[in-house]
Amino acid sequence: MTVEPTPLGAPTLELRGITKRFGALTANDHIDLEVRAGEIHCLLGENGAGKSTLMNVLYGLYRAEEGEILLDGEPQSFAGPGDAMRAGIGMVHQHFMLIPVFTVAENVLLGHERELGGLSGARQKVREISQRFGFHVDPDARIEDLPVGVQQRVEIIKALSQDAKVLVFDEPTAVLTPQETDELMAIMQQLRDEGTAIVFITHKLREVRAIADRITVIRLGKVVGQASPESSTTELASMMVGRAVELTVQKNPPVLTDNALVVSNLTVLDALGQKVVNDVSFTVRGGEVLCIAGVQGNGQTELTEAILGLQHRVTGSIDLNGNELIGDSVREVLDAGVGFVPEDRKVDGLVGDFSIAENLMLDRYSGAPFVRAGTVDREERDRFAAEKLESFDIRAQGIETPVGTLSGGNQQKVVLARELGRPLALFVASQPTRGLDVGSIEFVHSQIIATRDAGIPVIVVSTELDEVVGLADRIAVMYRGGIVGIVPADTSRDTLGLMMAGERVAGAPNPEPSKGAVA
Amino acid sequence: MTTQQPTAAQPHAETTQQPTAAQPHAETIELERAVVKHWKAPVSYAVLTLVALVLFVVASRDGSTTLRLASVGDFVALPDAVLPVRATGIVVVVLLAALTAVSTWLVATVRKQGFWLPLAFGVLFVVAFLVWAGADKMIPIPGLLFATVGLSVPLIFGAMGGVISERAGVVNIAIEAQLLSGAFSGAVIASSTGSAVLGILGAMLAGVLVSMVLAVFAIRYFVEQVIVGVVLNVLVVGLTNFLYSSVLTANPALNSPDRLPRIPIPGIETIPIIGPALFEHTVIVYAMFIIVPVIAWGLFKTTWGLRLRAIGEHPLAADTVGIKVNRLRFWNVALAGAVAGLGGAYFTLDTTGAFNREMTAGLGYIALAAVIFGQWHPLKATAAALLFGFASALQQTLGAIGSPVPSEFMLMLPYVITLLAVAGFIGQSRAPAASGKPYIKQ
Repeated sequence: MTVEPTPLGAPTLELRGITKRFGALTANDHIDLEVRAGEIHCLLGENGAGKSTLMNVLYGLYRAEEGEILLDGEPQSFAGPGDAMRAGIGMVHQHFMLIPVFTVAENVLLGHERELGGLSGARQKVREISQRFGFHVDPDARIEDLPVGVQQRVEIIKALSQDAKVLVFDEPTAVLTPQETDELMAIMQQLRDEGTAIVFITHKLREVRAIADRITVIRLGKVVGQASPESSTTELASMMVGRAVELTVQKNPPVLTDNALVVSNLTVLDALGQKVVNDVSFTVRGGEVLCIAGVQGNGQTELTEAILGLQHRVTGSIDLNGNELIGDSVREVLDAGVGFVPEDRKVDGLVGDFSIAENLMLDRYSGAPFVRAGTVDREERDRFAAEKLESFDIRAQGIETPVGTLSGGNQQKVVLARELGRPLALFVASQPTRGLDVGSIEFVHSQIIATRDAGIPVIVVSTELDEVVGLADRIAVMYRGGIVGIVPADTSRDTLGLMMAGERVAGAPNPEPSKGAVA
Repeated sequence: MTTQQPTAAQPHAETTQQPTAAQPHAETIELERAVVKHWKAPVSYAVLTLVALVLFVVASRDGSTTLRLASVGDFVALPDAVLPVRATGIVVVVLLAALTAVSTWLVATVRKQGFWLPLAFGVLFVVAFLVWAGADKMIPIPGLLFATVGLSVPLIFGAMGGVISERAGVVNIAIEAQLLSGAFSGAVIASSTGSAVLGILGAMLAGVLVSMVLAVFAIRYFVEQVIVGVVLNVLVVGLTNFLYSSVLTANPALNSPDRLPRIPIPGIETIPIIGPALFEHTVIVYAMFIIVPVIAWGLFKTTWGLRLRAIGEHPLAADTVGIKVNRLRFWNVALAGAVAGLGGAYFTLDTTGAFNREMTAGLGYIALAAVIFGQWHPLKATAAALLFGFASALQQTLGAIGSPVPSEFMLMLPYVITLLAVAGFIGQSRAPAASGKPYIKQ
């Protein structure tokens, strides 16, 4: 694949002084951006920096208060996404904009019934594009039956079927395996070489350096500058965050204790009788972090929920220090000393309309010292909350602030403060840093390592390979409900990537923690 | 009532990894399945067979029942079927037991239960019941079927309104209000103008107006749709009651529309049994014969249907391809109101010829049950509505010939069937994903 030098012609797309406010919050503050045909322009920024807002403005989903959009030098005014598409802007959304019960062709057809010439025309178009890029997408497959990697290709086909000149990829790799990510990048390069202007939105430095022709960094809604793709990850990270960032997690070798969670032959069925967790066995000893890696949706959620007692059709054994957890109620599991950070903090971790103080005692309603004779001891509660606010550095006006108004990082700190506030025998954290800014990620990681160093078994579920490699003492890779293998933390990314795609890798034994035992 | 038997692990087909960059991932994800046996169906059949045994054999009645199959004007006169009650009961119970055994065998060997099994079971049960209930009497089958179609008409129109609205993402509890307002305005407009056609149009307009209120509150102001629907139902009952007692009773001329003429379709109306049931009706019923398949075709084969289903499943995705979600929802809810309003006209312009207080009598709710029972599919919902209509017709017929079963039991039947359907006894129902959820743009 030959990569022609980027033609330094006039920009295809130009954003000038885009400003978008949500109430008091300025999500985009006079942002300028230009993208040329035949280049991949990376928009790099932290979670919450305003990248997606900017792209939603470009795509006509949001109206900007100020600024203008120019395509080939012509000012544009988009009342809705339809206008943006007609002008030649295509978007591959982070959360796919596909209708699950429709077929591929129906999704491509939707909204463009006349131009494509009905369903048969759409089918033909899907086949054409699919062939040109080697996508292997069946136009008559139903979206809900397709793996996410293929669903993303359908999104790309949708954009290409509208002859997009500018193609925006919004955090496209979040749901992909490393191999699928490589494939996506090859597709992006092919599109670039055919003259498409590509905007690639991400916060993953590795990907930026691999593929970008130009990089624009935004922070807190403002452009902080351009960076060269040759910049080091440290340089890019400090530019993105605004200060020097420690990218690696600081930790000492594990000191194992006798505490242990022993999961044997655990199988979880869903409502349809599918084995969402399939005969899983592993041991986590006190003092070590077992990271569960894998692409989203391969049974990690159900596995953690089974430990907490949220799943009902469970067979096998979950043994925590000699205490069988299967069959226990969630209350009993919590009382057994399980701390749990759910993967969706807004839905499962917190009650958004409740105050910080109320959220901090959600698990402590059943008795002293917070509840006496059926009434909440507000003084005790407030003292507890004030102490946690301080020790977990929760940035809020006070303990009465509703958690729904906090930033993602501060919300997660509330969850951590509550879950780490009990005497623990096991700590399970599911996607603990999803959607957080770098500062909060550092804080969460340090809390996880502190918990491990206190001699507690820790399970971290993460789909981010960087996080897995940084935190883990051992890594278990899940694929389609089963554990493909349990490997040491220094296993290469390529190997992990293959395992995430279901390959059993030769020479990847299942090391038991006793091998590295020091204590 | 389920047992789990983990199957032996199936060996995964080994795929050789190509070193090329773009390795296709076109295969679909299939998780291993545990074998789960659902004993609901065979257990229900067994219970019903037992009921049949007690009713039709143990408590059997003497004599025989005459099923009249012919009606006046058939091109070929079928003879009456005279069935001995006890023998029929025994034969049917044996057959029901056989079907139960088949169903048990199907579950035990993890096979699919076909659609024919519940159908055959139901038909057999109904036949035995008819014979049992009509001992020593005559049951006119063509009349029963004619009444079934007639009683189903408003249900079917209401269900079509429900299907359209819910597929577009707006829960339509207000079918009852649309039917009732259609009935009222159909009567008044047809009476005052002397034109049944204008009456029909007026009924549709009234349905549209009611549904527009629902649409505005649900789509524009994000009010909980179930609440708006229920409030509308109560409101329209109150409004029509008030207008009936304050205006219509004082001016009877406003409530005496010319009824639509029955137009037998020459030739096919003489087909025995089904001819009179289907082809001796007014234009409203014939319109229904056209509207139902048109909606079914439109929903699944046209741009209108594609967009309608899209906004009911994933409105944001529809928005991102340039579809004006809320505008489209609004007009489709209005369309749903027009269809249901037409069903309302049937009450005053076809059957009774005058408006009466609360004359829809909760049929809107049964239509809603038909929507759910029919899995939001126009044809299945129509079948469900016909089933409910049959239950009502049966109740009327048995009441007329004086049967041993209290007619109230027959009236309960549609609701019992709906409960069973919703509880998942008769196939899984999956509602449109975004039904009832307002689409709020930033």
